Amino acid sequence: MASRGALQIDRLIDNPKTKVIVCCGSGGVGKTTTAAALALRAAERGRTTVVLTIDPARRLAQSLGLDELDNVPRKVEVEGFDPKGELWAMMLDMRRTFDDMIIAHTDPQRAQELLASPFYQTISTSFSGTQEYMAMEKLGQLVADAEWDLIVVDTPPSRSALDFLDAPKRLSSALDGRMIRLLTAPARAGGWGIRKALTASLALGMKAVSTVIGGQLLTDASAFMQAFNSTAGGFKERAQKTAELLRSPGTAFLVVAAPEPDALREASFFVERLSSESMPLTGLVANRTHPVLADLPAPRALAAAEALEAKKSAPLAAAVLRLHADRVALDKRERRLLQRFTRAHPDVPMVGVPALPRDVHDIAGLRIIGERLAGNGNA
Amino acid sequence: MTTGSPATVGPRTAGVWTPELRRARLHFVTGKGGTGKTTVAAALGIALAAGGRKVLLVEVEGRQGIAQLFDTEPLPYGERHLVSAPDGGELRALHIDAEAALLEYFQMFYNLGFAGRTLRRMGAIEFATTLAPGLRDVLLTGKIKECVTRTDNGRYVYDHVVVDAPPTGRVVKFLDVTRALTDVTRSGPIKNQADGVVKLMHSDQTVVHVVTLLEEMPIRETLEAIDELQAEDLRPGAVLINRVRPPRLPDRSVVAAADGRVDASRVRAGLVEAGLDISDEVIEGLVAETVEHAIRVAAERSAAEQLTAANQPMLQLPDLPDGIDVAALYELAELLVEKGVR
Repeated sequence: MASRGALQIDRLIDNPKTKVIVCCGSGGVGKTTTAAALALRAAERGRTTVVLTIDPARRLAQSLGLDELDNVPRKVEVEGFDPKGELWAMMLDMRRTFDDMIIAHTDPQRAQELLASPFYQTISTSFSGTQEYMAMEKLGQLVADAEWDLIVVDTPPSRSALDFLDAPKRLSSALDGRMIRLLTAPARAGGWGIRKALTASLALGMKAVSTVIGGQLLTDASAFMQAFNSTAGGFKERAQKTAELLRSPGTAFLVVAAPEPDALREASFFVERLSSESMPLTGLVANRTHPVLADLPAPRALAAAEALEAKKSAPLAAAVLRLHADRVALDKRERRLLQRFTRAHPDVPMVGVPALPRDVHDIAGLRIIGERLAGNGNA
Repeated sequence: MTTGSPATVGPRTAGVWTPELRRARLHFVTGKGGTGKTTVAAALGIALAAGGRKVLLVEVEGRQGIAQLFDTEPLPYGERHLVSAPDGGELRALHIDAEAALLEYFQMFYNLGFAGRTLRRMGAIEFATTLAPGLRDVLLTGKIKECVTRTDNGRYVYDHVVVDAPPTGRVVKFLDVTRALTDVTRSGPIKNQADGVVKLMHSDQTVVHVVTLLEEMPIRETLEAIDELQAEDLRPGAVLINRVRPPRLPDRSVVAAADGRVDASRVRAGLVEAGLDISDEVIEGLVAETVEHAIRVAAERSAAEQLTAANQPMLQLPDLPDGIDVAALYELAELLVEKGVR
C-alpha cells in the first residue's frame, strides 16, 4: 500500500546518515514495542543498533533478554536470532543515570556529598521531568560512545508527547540556581529594576515562597545546586547540548499514535511543535490498526447473520459474520480518524501497522511488527 | 466470579456498587495512560448526578481533558456548569491549577497585591511547586477537600466529587499527603489544611477507582496500584474495565479458533445457507479475522481472571464503535446507573 504519503521505514533505517530515531507519542500507544521492532529490523538489515527502552512490558523485555533494569546496553543473543548487524538493548535506570552523571563530572569527594544530599534523593526520584532529562542524558552518552550505527530511543510514558521536549528544560530551569539565589537572598530583588514601591512587597512575596517551600529543603537545594552547577557544567548547558543533538540532521522523530482521537490529537500537537522548532519529523506510525481481511460489505454480513440467528442455524457462521461486521465498523472508524489527521498534516508520511492479536513476547513477534512497519504483510 | 466470557460478567455482577462505594462522596479515578480515565470519570460523574444530585468533576493535571471531552472551551480555575444529568441532576467542573491555588493561598495569608503576579511572571510560583512536588499535591488535594466539605445552609454543596486523578504510577504519591508534608513546611496554615486532607483521604468518604483495559500492562498496573493503595491505608474502589468488546464466538469455539482451528467448510456451509455465495479468498479472510478475534477473546479472558485476584468490585463498560462524544458519555453513565452506581 505504498502511496504518495507512505512512510518508508526501510529507507530510513538503511540510510547510514540516520543515527538516532526517537519514538514519541502519548502513553499506551505502543512506543516501546515499536522502538524494539524498528531496532530489530535495522539489526537484521545489517546495522549495529542499540535500543534504549524506558518501561517495557515484562514479556517484551524478556524477549530481548532483559530481565531487569540495567543501565548499560546488553547484546541481544536469543536462539533463532542471527542478525546481519547487531542488536543491543537496555532499559533506562533513571536513578543510576543521574548518579553516573554526577560521578562522571565531579571529583570523588564532591560526588559523595552530592549523592548524599537529601535534596538529591527528592529530585532523583520524585521530580516530574527527571525521567525525561535522564533519557536525554543517556541518549547523549550513547551518541558520544560512537559505537552505534543507529540508536533507537523510546520515550517516557507521559500524557503528552511534548513532555519529552519540555520536561528537561523545565527541570534545568528549576535547577539552574537563579531562582534559589533570589529566594535565599530576597534583598537583591531590588536590583531587578522593579519600581521601589513594589520591591518591599516583592521581597515579602519571596519570603512567602521560601516559607512554603520550607527552610531546610531550600538550604539543601541551594547547596546541591551550587555544587552541581559549579562542577558538572550545569543542568541547563547539558540539556541544551542534548537539545542540539535532537535538532541535528542525523536524528529522525517518529510519532507513534494509536488510531484513537486522543492519541491522534496529541500526535497533532507534537507534529506542529516539531515543525515550529524546525526539528526533523520523519513520519507517523499509526499503530495497531485493524484492516478488514475479507471483502464482504457489513450490511450483507449482518443481514445473513440475522437470517441464520432467526433460524437458530449455523451458529459458527453467524458468529463469523458478526465479528466481521464489527471489524468493518472498527476499520472504518480508524480510517476516518487517520484521514482527518492526514488532511490536517498532508506532508507527514504515514504507515499503518495492523495490530497483532496478542502481546508481543518474542523475537518472531517483533519481526512481524518490523515487517508491518516496513509496509509489508499489510493485508 | 468464575471464568465466564466477559459479556456474561456484567449481568452476574449487577449490584456491584457495594454499600462501601455508596458511602463514598469523594471518588478518585485513576488508571494507566490510554485506558480512558477521563471518559470514565465523566461518565461516573453523570451517573452519580442522576436523580437530582449535584456533582463536581475535577481535573488536576492541566490537560484540559474534560473540556475536550465535553467539547467546550478550556476550563478556568473556577467551578462552572458542565451538563445536566437525568432527573434534574447537575454536573459541574473544576480545573485546579496548582500555581493559581498557591497564588490564591499567598493572597489570603500575605497581602501581596500586584507582587503576586510579578512573582508568577518571574517563575517563583512555578519554582516553588517544582522544587517541592509535595507542595503541589497538598495544594491540589487541599482544594479538593474544600469542595467536598463545603456546605450551604448545613447541606453539602456537592453530593459527590469525582476527580480525574493522576495515572496509576503516580496516584498513591498524589494521595499520600502525609509523605508530601515531610517535604514542605511543617507548620502554619498549609500544615493545618493538610491535616484535614489526610483525615478525609483515609476516611470512608474517599475511594479510588481504577480504570483498566483487558490487556497486560494496564492490568499489571491496576493490581500494583491496588496493592499500593492498601499498603498506604487508602481505599481502592471499583475496577472499571473499559472498552470491552463483545465476544462473538460461541464459548466452546474460542480455544480451538485461537489455536488456528476454524472449520472453513462449516463456515462456508453456513454462509451458503444464509444465501451468501462467496469466494474462497473471502472465506479465508473471514477465517483469519475469526482466529484473530478468538486469540483476543482468549487473552482477555485470562486477563479478566487475573483481575479477580484483586478482589475488588468490578464493572465493565463496552467499547463504543463510534467513539466518545457527549451522547456516548450519557450512554456509559446509564450503564453505570443500571449496575447500581448512585
